[in-house]
Amino acid sequence: MSSRLSLLQAFVFLLRRDLLLAFRNRAEYAMPLLFFVLVITLFPLALGALPELLARIAPGIIWVAALLAAMLSLDSIFRSDFDDGSLEQILLSAHPVAILVLAKVSAHWLVTGLPLLIVAPLLAEMLGMPGQAQATLLLTILIGTPILSMVGAIGVALTVGLRKGGIILSLLVLPLYVPVLIFAASAIENAAMGFEVSAQIYMLLAFLLLSVSLSPWATAAALRMSAS
Amino acid sequence: MPETALLESQDLSCIRNDRALFEHLDFTLESGEMLVVEGPNGCGKTSLLRILTGLRLADSGEVLWRGQPIDRLAGDYYEQVTYVGHHDGVKHELSCLENLRLARAMGVPSERDLDDVLEQVNLYAYGDSEVGSMSAGQKRRLALARLLATDSMIWILDEPFTSLDKSSMAMFTTLFEQHLQRDGIIVATSHHDITLPTLALQRLNLGQPA
Repeated sequence: MSSRLSLLQAFVFLLRRDLLLAFRNRAEYAMPLLFFVLVITLFPLALGALPELLARIAPGIIWVAALLAAMLSLDSIFRSDFDDGSLEQILLSAHPVAILVLAKVSAHWLVTGLPLLIVAPLLAEMLGMPGQAQATLLLTILIGTPILSMVGAIGVALTVGLRKGGIILSLLVLPLYVPVLIFAASAIENAAMGFEVSAQIYMLLAFLLLSVSLSPWATAAALRMSAS
Repeated sequence: MPETALLESQDLSCIRNDRALFEHLDFTLESGEMLVVEGPNGCGKTSLLRILTGLRLADSGEVLWRGQPIDRLAGDYYEQVTYVGHHDGVKHELSCLENLRLARAMGVPSERDLDDVLEQVNLYAYGDSEVGSMSAGQKRRLALARLLATDSMIWILDEPFTSLDKSSMAMFTTLFEQHLQRDGIIVATSHHDITLPTLALQRLNLGQPA
């Protein structure tokens, strides 16, 4: 009798499936990135040509835009799987659901978080952010966006079964995003002024470890509730 | 070795919207037996099936697999179960083969070649085409093809024959019979008549909603 695949194989398989699905629905997944770029581009137009002001508020603008872009993309983690019954199949898998959830959330970060990391330097340059702050900006996005996906997944898992879950989702998730916003923006500001940023970065790393180790289990439990 | 009851429901009740759909339901399925759940719309057939898969919690009672409650077995129970629910559970953006490969990765892959599986459900020509462009009956056949692509003992089927034509129904009925002969277990709801020549067919009528 044949046996089930190893957990790692199943993880990689589901990750690849989600990336493939994202690639085939690329228009839908380009939306959050487009939103991120547009919001940040509109600020200089609205505020006028004041380089000092723009450089001053750049960390805040970029991170608020990243937060909203992440919110915009959250629903796609589980929505289509819930609607077509694939989620039931995942919940009935022989593998631990939490690990499969981790695969799905990782795929979500690769298609929504990673692109932000790639366009952020361009946008930072456009807003006139000083060079030494840009490296910190990238670091905060690298550490911060996975937290947004992880925490967001819990919220989506709780609301995916509701007919109008969108509003509840933002109310649930935004407060949990605020600490990331505060520490990330503060790190970039400190870097711009030439101060030490390790405290904020360590704090963000701690959030990341906490969310990676707890969120998949919470998400799996919430999905079971939503599916029943 | 004396055969213990494989799948057992003890005192199951299901309450929905303050109304009891069924109460104190007991049945036992040994290997090679099939249970057909019958009853009018809204009598709790789907709920019963979802309780048997563990997707839904029973309001009282429990489901036992080889004498152990299924919620404690988790993965060890799920590798024995293939569920085809009301939704097909296939991804429209993926091809037939990609969908079946995923089903195998989630459960226990059978030794059958996937091309043979598709051939058996008459979808061989559609292996690489996107599921979204196929008809409802073809999607249903693909969903049921999961039963062959994975190696599981318990098949739980919610209206398996929805949108299937007569020849496909006959083909799947034959497959069900083969599964029972290999000592498998099937639990199904169906508005279509499932006629199997085997005697191992139990019928459970959930009756009128109270």
